Amino acid sequence: MAAATRLRDVVFRYPGGDFELRIPELRVDRGEQVAVIGPSGSGKTTLLHLVAGIALPEAGVVETADVDLSRSGDAARRSFRARRLGLVFQEFELLEYLSVLDNILLPYRMNPVLRLDAAARERAQVLAAGVGLRDKLARTPARLSHGERQRAALCRALVTEPELLLADEPTGNLDPANKERALDALFAYCERAGATLLTVTHDYELLPRFGRVIDFKTLGEGSA
Amino acid sequence: MSGPAFLAWRYLLHHRIKTAILVISIALIVFLPIGLRVLVDQSARELTARADLTPLVVGARGSALELVLASLYFEPEPPEPISQREFERVRRTGLVEAVPLHLGFETRGRPIVGTTLDYFALRGLRVATGRAMAVLGECVVGARAAREFGVAPGDTLVSSPQTVFQLAGVYPLKMKVVGVLAPNHSADDGAVFVDVKTAWVIGGLGHGHRDLAEPGADADVAAREGSRITAKASVVEYNEITPENLASFHFHGDVGDLPLSAVLAFPPDERARALLLGRYQAPDEAVQVVRSTAVMDELLETVLTVESYAVAAIGVVGAATLATAALVFLLSIRLRRREIETLHKIGASRPRVAAVLLSEVVAVAVLGVGLAGLLTLGVSRFGEAAIRRFLLS
Repeated sequence: MAAATRLRDVVFRYPGGDFELRIPELRVDRGEQVAVIGPSGSGKTTLLHLVAGIALPEAGVVETADVDLSRSGDAARRSFRARRLGLVFQEFELLEYLSVLDNILLPYRMNPVLRLDAAARERAQVLAAGVGLRDKLARTPARLSHGERQRAALCRALVTEPELLLADEPTGNLDPANKERALDALFAYCERAGATLLTVTHDYELLPRFGRVIDFKTLGEGSA
Repeated sequence: MSGPAFLAWRYLLHHRIKTAILVISIALIVFLPIGLRVLVDQSARELTARADLTPLVVGARGSALELVLASLYFEPEPPEPISQREFERVRRTGLVEAVPLHLGFETRGRPIVGTTLDYFALRGLRVATGRAMAVLGECVVGARAAREFGVAPGDTLVSSPQTVFQLAGVYPLKMKVVGVLAPNHSADDGAVFVDVKTAWVIGGLGHGHRDLAEPGADADVAAREGSRITAKASVVEYNEITPENLASFHFHGDVGDLPLSAVLAFPPDERARALLLGRYQAPDEAVQVVRSTAVMDELLETVLTVESYAVAAIGVVGAATLATAALVFLLSIRLRRREIETLHKIGASRPRVAAVLLSEVVAVAVLGVGLAGLLTLGVSRFGEAAIRRFLLS
C-alpha cells in the first residue's frame, strides 16, 4: 500500500532551543487511522508540523502524499497544505469575528489555490448540517458551546476534502459525548473519502477506535 | 470581495467600537486643521464682506477695532459717543453719504439701532412687510429678531430699562412695530431699527409730557416766570409715543450736542475716501475716521496667527494620536498571534495574511478620511450660515 506520509532519519530542533526530535523511520499508509501518544513535550505536535510541512527538519526526509516536503519551498508547502491536508487543533482556533459558515470556508478565503464557488459553499453547509450546526451557521464562535466549536473546526478541516487529516488532540477540551461525536465525524469522513487520519491524543480511552497506535516513547529518541 | 478584504471588513465590524474610535480619531486629525482653515476662510470672507460694504466709520478716538465691530455688528458695549454735530460735519463735506448710528439700547436682548432711512438704502435692506419707520416711536425689526419675538407690523416692543434703580435714568419706551425687514444674512437681521431721535428719547434725552401751559396743569407746575415754566418732579412723562402725544415730545438744549455712537461714511470713490481721511488727520482731532477693511484685515491677521498656533497644536496632538493608533494596531497584532499562526497553518501565505492586516489599516484610514471629508463638506456647506447665525449677528 502507498504511504500517506513517510519520515526517514529526521532530525528537528527549534531554533535557539534545546529540544531535539529524532525519528529514524515512521510510515503511515493511505487510509490508515493512526493515533500518536506519548508524554507531554515529547514532540507529538512537532511530528504533525513536520508531516504538514509547517516545520522543516534539519536532516532527513519528510514525504507526505508523495511530495518531499523537506525539500519544497515555502509557497509549495503552503499550497500543498491548503489543497491536500486538513488540520484540526485542540483549541479549535476559530476566528472570533467570523460566522460559523465563514470559519468553515476560511481555507478558501485565504488560499488563492482554492476556489470559493457554489460547490464549496454547498459542501460547507452539508458538513455543518451533518454535525448539527445547520441552524448555527450565522453565529460567531463566542455563541457556540465547546462541542459546537470543535465541530465547526472539524468542518473547516474537512471542507477542502483533504486526503490526509492531521488532528492535534481534537477531543482534548470536550466532554465524553462531544468527544465521541467529533471522532465519529472524523472517522466517517475518512471512511467515505478514503482519507488518512493521524491524530495526537492523550485520551487512552479512545485508542481502541484507531487502527494503529504509535507510542512516542518507543518511536525514536525524542528528548526535551 | 477578496479574502483578505473580507476578513478585514469582518474584523472591523466585529470590533466596531475600537474601529469607530480609530476612525473618529483619524477623522478628527484630518478634519480639524482643514475644517479650521475652511472656517477661518469663511469667517474672513464674511467679516470683510460687511466691512467692504461699510468703507469708512467715523467715531470717537480710541480703539479702532471696537469702533468698527460695534458699528458693523452692533456690539452691546457702544464706543465712546460723538456728537450729532460730527455727523453734520461729515455730511457737510459733501464727499460721502453719511449715516448716523446710535447704539447701546436693547429690547429683549437684541440691539436697538438708532439711524436714518439712508441706512436701509445704503445697506440694501428691504422692508418685507409693513413700511419703514416714519415718525418718532416707530421701529422696523430685522427678520430674525421678528421671528424670535414673534412680532409683526402693528405689534409693540418695549426697550429694556438700562438703569432700573436710578430714578433719573432710562425708562422703557413702548415702540410700535411698523415693518419687518427681509433677511439679508447679516447683523441687521437681529437688530431693531428706530429713528435716531427715538433712540434719544429712549435715552431720556428727549421726552413728552402733558402741556404745562394748559389750564388745569397747575398741579404739575412748580413755578411760572413769564413764558418759562418749571415743572414739578410729579409730572408724568409718556412712555409711549402716540399720535395724540407726539407733538409733546421735545429735546432740551442743542440737538447738535446729542450723542451718536458712530457715523458710517460711504464715499463714491477712492478720491473722496482719501479726502475725508485727510480731513481727520490733525493731531488734536477728537474724532477718528477708520477704514473698516483695514481694521478687519488687522483682526484677521491676529486670527490667522491664532489659527497657525492651533494648527501646530492639532499637529502635535494628531501625531500623538497617530502614534497611539499605531500602538493599538501593533498590540492587536500581538494579541492576534495565534490567529495569524492558524492562518499560516491552513496554508495562507505571509503576504496574504499581511494583506488582511493592511486591509484593516487601509479601511480605517479610508473611513477616517472619508468622515473627515464629510465633516469638511458640512463645514463648507453650512459654515457660512453658522458664522452668520452665531458670530456675526
